[in-house]
Amino acid sequence: MMPLAREHELHAARSGRNLAVGICLVLFVVLVFALTLVKLGSGHQMEAFDHAVRPSLVESGQ
Amino acid sequence: MKRELTATPAADLGVNDLLVLLKPRVMSLVIFTALVGMVVAPVSIHPVIGLASLAFIAIGAGASGTLNMWWDADVDSMMRRTRNRPIPCGKISADDARLMGLWLAGLAVVMLALAANLLAAGLLALTIFYYVVIYTMWLKRTTPQNIVIGGAAGALPPVIGWVAATGALALEPVLMFALIFLWTPPHFWALSLFMHDDYARARIPMLTVVRGETVTRRYILGYTCALVPVSLMMALGSVGGPMSLSLAIVMNGVFLLGAVNLVRRTDVEATGDRYRAERKFFRFSLVYLFLIFAGLIADVFLRPLASSWLPLF
Repeated sequence: MMPLAREHELHAARSGRNLAVGICLVLFVVLVFALTLVKLGSGHQMEAFDHAVRPSLVESGQ
Repeated sequence: MKRELTATPAADLGVNDLLVLLKPRVMSLVIFTALVGMVVAPVSIHPVIGLASLAFIAIGAGASGTLNMWWDADVDSMMRRTRNRPIPCGKISADDARLMGLWLAGLAVVMLALAANLLAAGLLALTIFYYVVIYTMWLKRTTPQNIVIGGAAGALPPVIGWVAATGALALEPVLMFALIFLWTPPHFWALSLFMHDDYARARIPMLTVVRGETVTRRYILGYTCALVPVSLMMALGSVGGPMSLSLAIVMNGVFLLGAVNLVRRTDVEATGDRYRAERKFFRFSLVYLFLIFAGLIADVFLRPLASSWLPLF
């Protein structure tokens, strides 16, 4: 069986495809990170129960 | 009835093939109309949330295109216009394309719900379902009214853009929906006039194949007339303005003249000049939609200058 040449066109096509998928994944991560910063920065829920009473998490009258 | 596809995956898949699978032309129209819906909405959206929403709407459109190509691979292989698509060419298997489409659809809907709101995500899910199941799987091969009813899927993106910004529905996005819904039949029937043989070969019951060219030309004129009041209502409403109104008047006039010209032509004349007027009408339909929507964006920026403009409703 003939071995594949070091730079067969199959390799070029695959590396191009892998690069495109890689770039898409990086862009997706950046987008989700930016979204997280915006959502948290614009006053969405940032506090949660952490075993200590916090007036801001307790409804008034309780 | 779906027919068996004989092509088998052979050649290696390139980046371009993946892009083609997402139907980039349809995607660009979806992005543009969704952007308009978002920009003309009375509530401003944070640029990052807007950009993310547009990206997920685009991914949803790409998923729809991929699933459409998966289901239609058999008819695509019979049509000149579509036979070089990745699945009929054997560059990707139909199963892989289906998997890719389903994953992208799920990702787009979930991420839009997180980025914007549940209503926008629900509308995106509805759009994907409508395009893939109602139009592609059911209507396309069963009725000559396929693109009329199926056109609803292509008309939803500006509504999703509006809802992503405001979180609610209103009259304005409904008018944008109506405009694209009524624009779709003349656009696709003009294409099917000069691609008549392709559809006949693939046994797709387009109006041109089932009822003939003369009837199709009359239908084109009918829908073009119906576009006029909708585009004028939009231009005179709260999202419109002087630019929208001027563009609506000019573009509707030219589009109507084109439709009248198509009705006057006979099959012999059309064959004689290789459907020159029909091709021209098809190209102009794209310009029409682009400028009508671009006018709405222009009015957003002109509004502070045109303070005397009073919307009728």
